[in-house]
Amino acid sequence: MTIADQVTGSTIAGTAGAKPAGTKARAAAPAITLPAIGERELRLDLFRGLALWLIFIDHLPPSLLTWFTIRNYGLSDATEIFIFISGYTAAFVYGRAMLESGVLIATARILRRVWQIYVAHVFLFTIFLAEISYVATRFENPLYTEEMGIMDFLKQPDVVIVQALLLRFRPVNMDVLPLYIVLMLALPLILWSMKWRPDVTLGLSVLLYAVTWEYDLYLSAYPNGFWAFNPFAWQLLFVFGAWCALGGARRMSGILASPVTMWISIAYLIAAFYVTLTWYVPQLSQFMPKRIEQWMYPIDKTDLDVLRFAHFLALAALTVRFLPRDWPGLKSRWLRPLILCGQHSLEIFCLGVFLAFAGHFVLAEISGGPVMHALISLSGILIMWAVAWVISWYKRVADKSGAKTKNAVGNADLAGGG
Amino acid sequence: MKAKVLLSLVLLCGNLAAPTARAGDAASAASPAACELPSYLLTSESQLPKVAEAIKAGKPLDILVIGSRSTTIPSSESSSYPARMEAILKEKLPPSEPVHVSVEIQSKRTAEETASTFVKLMEAKTPTLVIWQTGTVDAIRSIDPDEFRSAVTDGVVALQKAGADVVLMNLQYSPRTETMISAQPFLDNMRVVAQEHDVPLFDRFAIMRQWNEQGQFDLFNPSRGPELAKQVHDCLGRALAQFVIDAAHLEPAQQQN
Repeated sequence: MTIADQVTGSTIAGTAGAKPAGTKARAAAPAITLPAIGERELRLDLFRGLALWLIFIDHLPPSLLTWFTIRNYGLSDATEIFIFISGYTAAFVYGRAMLESGVLIATARILRRVWQIYVAHVFLFTIFLAEISYVATRFENPLYTEEMGIMDFLKQPDVVIVQALLLRFRPVNMDVLPLYIVLMLALPLILWSMKWRPDVTLGLSVLLYAVTWEYDLYLSAYPNGFWAFNPFAWQLLFVFGAWCALGGARRMSGILASPVTMWISIAYLIAAFYVTLTWYVPQLSQFMPKRIEQWMYPIDKTDLDVLRFAHFLALAALTVRFLPRDWPGLKSRWLRPLILCGQHSLEIFCLGVFLAFAGHFVLAEISGGPVMHALISLSGILIMWAVAWVISWYKRVADKSGAKTKNAVGNADLAGGG
Repeated sequence: MKAKVLLSLVLLCGNLAAPTARAGDAASAASPAACELPSYLLTSESQLPKVAEAIKAGKPLDILVIGSRSTTIPSSESSSYPARMEAILKEKLPPSEPVHVSVEIQSKRTAEETASTFVKLMEAKTPTLVIWQTGTVDAIRSIDPDEFRSAVTDGVVALQKAGADVVLMNLQYSPRTETMISAQPFLDNMRVVAQEHDVPLFDRFAIMRQWNEQGQFDLFNPSRGPELAKQVHDCLGRALAQFVIDAAHLEPAQQQN
């Protein structure tokens, strides 16, 4: 077992094996410390798996299951969890690579990972194009002549496809991967800087976040507007995840264990829950001071509002406190599907987006009742689980017979935490 | 903090209130069963004082609907929701009360483009009430939701300055295009503008979704005939008439039934 095993599973065992002569650079770079060898951190897999399921459910039209997603109970949602854990695992895996094999090798590996995510994004876009073209040619309900204006972009496929390849044209629900691509592109720089001074890096990240808010930095999109997840703001979560992975979490353990933190977190979560409640029970909003409302709204997702970030921190602090790393439940059969999905997050994320498309399609073409809806949600989750299982079977069994080096390389990429 | 951005956070129930409120009380016994809606979708905290005044004084009630292509049904104008609303209002208000509804359709124009015509438009007509239905074109073109919000704000202010009560109406619920059009930011921003300017918001989106979920209408239906559109517009017209009457706080004596 290697250190990386803790996070990314036995799949990565080959990585270190391929680089047996990895320089023990740890002493040379005391600025960051990787967590001590021990039990593998199943909590990360668990919550990333959970985030993937929730993102899938949130992408489907609302149904009963939607009530189980956390965005109905607070200010942040599954996206925050996903990006934070992705930052954490990516820093963990590639940070180690950087210490052992140097900046160049780590950068090369990260770039290959970026390429994989990019290809996945283009693949999803192709499916989207197929779906929208189908609807455009089949659906002629006179109630919706106006909405069919969305098909106008099909008149210019040359422009649209090029813009999609440039990540500027992103259909609905396809915003997370481009964000992730940009964050991963920045990862070599982040890690290199973390290797030097983790706290300064985190400080710079906070600074960039503040500058984004103050000076309104953004990436423009096609045909109008800007990226729905602003990478200049969302990098804060990613870098914070990386900082935690590279020793920050350990240094913060005192703060996390303090009852003051706990009570602040609880109070904040309750307040946030009350705020969300006023959205669903409008009668409550009269008990909400106008001043606070004016100060609070809009709670902005594009630029990762501070209130959302704080909500995520509070959730994370309580989770770390009440769900110990060695909680036996983590090994239970019942959580196995979630953990499996979390361990293959890029594949399962893409699959989730695809299944949401397909689910819409079934609802539209076959029937739209609540029973069908529930069936689609459940079978979607079962499919995600099954595919995650097949992928880990490949890692465990099928790839074993392949060339050893190839095995190692492929797995390192997977571990990057897509 | 600068307010560039989307209110991406689901500012209001739009999305999710429907399932819980399902058991809510149904309003308006007079309308056909298919149109039934929980009462919270037909009420507003904001009021329509000018409408109330006009009816109290027995002055004519002039309503202008500013909309887009989804305001009408191609080739059957008289079944569209403004026409249906007019008919229902005439039924519900005292016979002595003249009601007149006119429609201004600006197809394929964003809220900003539409709002820029308001000053001239209001010089030509002097309605008691303007029902401004917008958002769809902006959502299709994914206009910056912040720009959208300020455009809607400007439009509402211009209409109010011209001396009219205003009702905002949001997008249609269109399940077929749900994966392609991101309606939520536009729904949220319209709700914010409505709250800020104390303007009633007719939540067409939530209403139509309610019908679809309850099974009164199958909005996934790809049929090319106008039947479904006619029924939906009939119900929308009824709901809208009910909504206006409610927001104007008309006493029972001022209503027919």
